[in-house]
Amino acid sequence: MRAKVYVTPKQGVLDPQGLTIQKALYTLGYDRVGSVRQGKYFEIQLQNQLTDEEARQLVDKIAHDVLTNPIIEDYRFEVER
Amino acid sequence: MTRFGVVVFPGSNCDHDTYHVLKHVLEQQTEFLWHNERDLKDSDVVVLPGGFAYGDYLRTGAIAKFAPIMQAVRRHAAEGGLVLGICNGFQVLQEAGLLPGAMLRNKGLKFVCKFVDIRVESSRTPFTNQCQRGQVLSIPIAHNEGNFYADPRTLGELQDQGQIIFRYCDNPNGAVDDIAGVCNREGNVLGLMPHPERASDAALGSADGLLIFRSLIFAAAVLPA
Repeated sequence: MRAKVYVTPKQGVLDPQGLTIQKALYTLGYDRVGSVRQGKYFEIQLQNQLTDEEARQLVDKIAHDVLTNPIIEDYRFEVER
Repeated sequence: MTRFGVVVFPGSNCDHDTYHVLKHVLEQQTEFLWHNERDLKDSDVVVLPGGFAYGDYLRTGAIAKFAPIMQAVRRHAAEGGLVLGICNGFQVLQEAGLLPGAMLRNKGLKFVCKFVDIRVESSRTPFTNQCQRGQVLSIPIAHNEGNFYADPRTLGELQDQGQIIFRYCDNPNGAVDDIAGVCNREGNVLGLMPHPERASDAALGSADGLLIFRSLIFAAAVLPA
């Protein structure tokens, strides 16, 4: 059982890295690109005996308490068997 | 004599500078507090020094906030004890929820290491009682994530409650409202990005940082034990 967690900068929060990547893309000729936001991606192996609901609760708690700073970041996740 | 405790996380690298200033320059009773301990050794003032606690993995301060010593620091703060976070220590206190806001990457994406001027916005704090309001201090910064961010509502509260204690005269990192240092609502926990311990000897370019440590010594002497 595996969880995939995506952490992204909150809307409205400055993302200097994303901006720099966007500028670089323009410089390289990718002129049809809009804004770029950089985030983080986590893969977490879970014990298979967890129910789907238990797994979701566990991952939600980990993402909220540890993987993100809720002041500046949002998260979403998927759980797959 | 004031009892200072300097927290040492794996990856702290300003702990010895801070210890040196407190113990040898200011001649106060000073102890290191290892991150795995739960005892503040009767410290009046706890200092979280600069560095890269736990390698700053995940986010600055994100792992350090779970260190056993932080439970004791939380208790100390809740009881009105004085806590100073310098640079990475500031970031740890934010992650721990003891100070507002969060740090983003510097606007210019560069690690900035230089002397900056910061303005003292209030002298009525345990951290600035030896300064004048409006006084400009020359203290170096050295950070990659010092771009202070708080949502507009929190920022308004900080302004209204007088919790912004230091502002940059010339913003080096994009920090909202030029914020270089803030305290909590109660006023006993302060974080600042500049390093006062690196500006505590005129031979090193500035001794302005001593004003902050001397303020703490004064405050600790008048605080009820």
